[in-house]
Amino acid sequence: MIFIQLFFEFFKIGLFAVGGGLATIPFLYALTDKYTWFTKEILGDMIAIAESTPGPIGVNMATYAGINAAGVLGGIVATLGLIFPSIVIIIIVAKIFQKFKDNKYVKFAFSGIRPAVTGLIAAAGIGILLLALFGDSSWKNLNLSDFSVKAAILFIVTLILTNKIKLHPVVFILAGGITGVIFSF
Amino acid sequence: MKELFKLFTTFAKIGGITFGGGIAMLPMLERELVEKNGWTDENELLDYYAIGQCTPGLIAINVATFVGYKRKGVIGGIFSTLGMVFFPIIIISIIAYFISNMLQFEVVGHFLNGVRVVVAAIICDAVYTMAKKSVKNMLTFVIAALTLVLSFFLSLSPVLFVVLSALAGVFIVKGGVEK
Repeated sequence: MIFIQLFFEFFKIGLFAVGGGLATIPFLYALTDKYTWFTKEILGDMIAIAESTPGPIGVNMATYAGINAAGVLGGIVATLGLIFPSIVIIIIVAKIFQKFKDNKYVKFAFSGIRPAVTGLIAAAGIGILLLALFGDSSWKNLNLSDFSVKAAILFIVTLILTNKIKLHPVVFILAGGITGVIFSF
Repeated sequence: MKELFKLFTTFAKIGGITFGGGIAMLPMLERELVEKNGWTDENELLDYYAIGQCTPGLIAINVATFVGYKRKGVIGGIFSTLGMVFFPIIIISIIAYFISNMLQFEVVGHFLNGVRVVVAAIICDAVYTMAKKSVKNMLTFVIAALTLVLSFFLSLSPVLFVVLSALAGVFIVKGGVEK
């Protein structure tokens, strides 16, 4: 039953994705290996759309992923699964607010989780980069003859620009799309 | 009931017009929750953010639940959160519908191929920003690097890494990476 699977998988993401919307990327990336709901290519599109539309990025991605898997109802089920753990956890935490915030062990745990989440997002990011440059996300199937010089140049230029000027991601995303059309990526 | 409705519409407004995710919502939350409705004050809002960032789940959702719960209990938390996701679900549904119909055009394929390259660059930029805050010494560097390599080469569940790194934080790192 796809709706139960969707709810359960996004429930897990809501429970373990610590650090906001971008932290859901490695989980969604892992879903592409496990299910046929969406591909790694579509995950790239999802991130672009989620960044370019209003609302929490994680909610946007869950909705889009759910729709890809099982239509609009799938989108709603995935989003509800994602937010359900938050609601439960926050209501519990709200009761012990001050104690939780100042708890030594909570701080300790996060000093370990934060660098790990950074590593997780980096690994998913490398997969998406390989997909953009070689047309394949797995290191096992890499073929140097598939390397796209055009894509590599766009990547480096964007990387420099995002570092130098702080514009909204939408601007870069649109510029990338237009570049793709002009130079037929 | 009236206040529940007000919670729903206020958060629907915030979720429907702020771009850029949870962190980018802070100014909007300040205006709507502190200045307009007086539901909370600046300091309390920052506390909600601190909690929202160090509990699992999306920051925006966590803050919405928190404010709603403080106002009207569990049902208030649910109404606020549903308000927050209301417009995103509608907007994304419409976009998803159009995208799947547009994929048959070659030009859309070229556009999306360009977009994917930019997304890779945006993620790199975000990772760099996160690393500056989270990787502060040799230990945290090892955790980040080890997670990167293991999760890239072996298709392990991210859940495993989150659980193990929390344990590593409690027993090995023990804080020391405060901003």
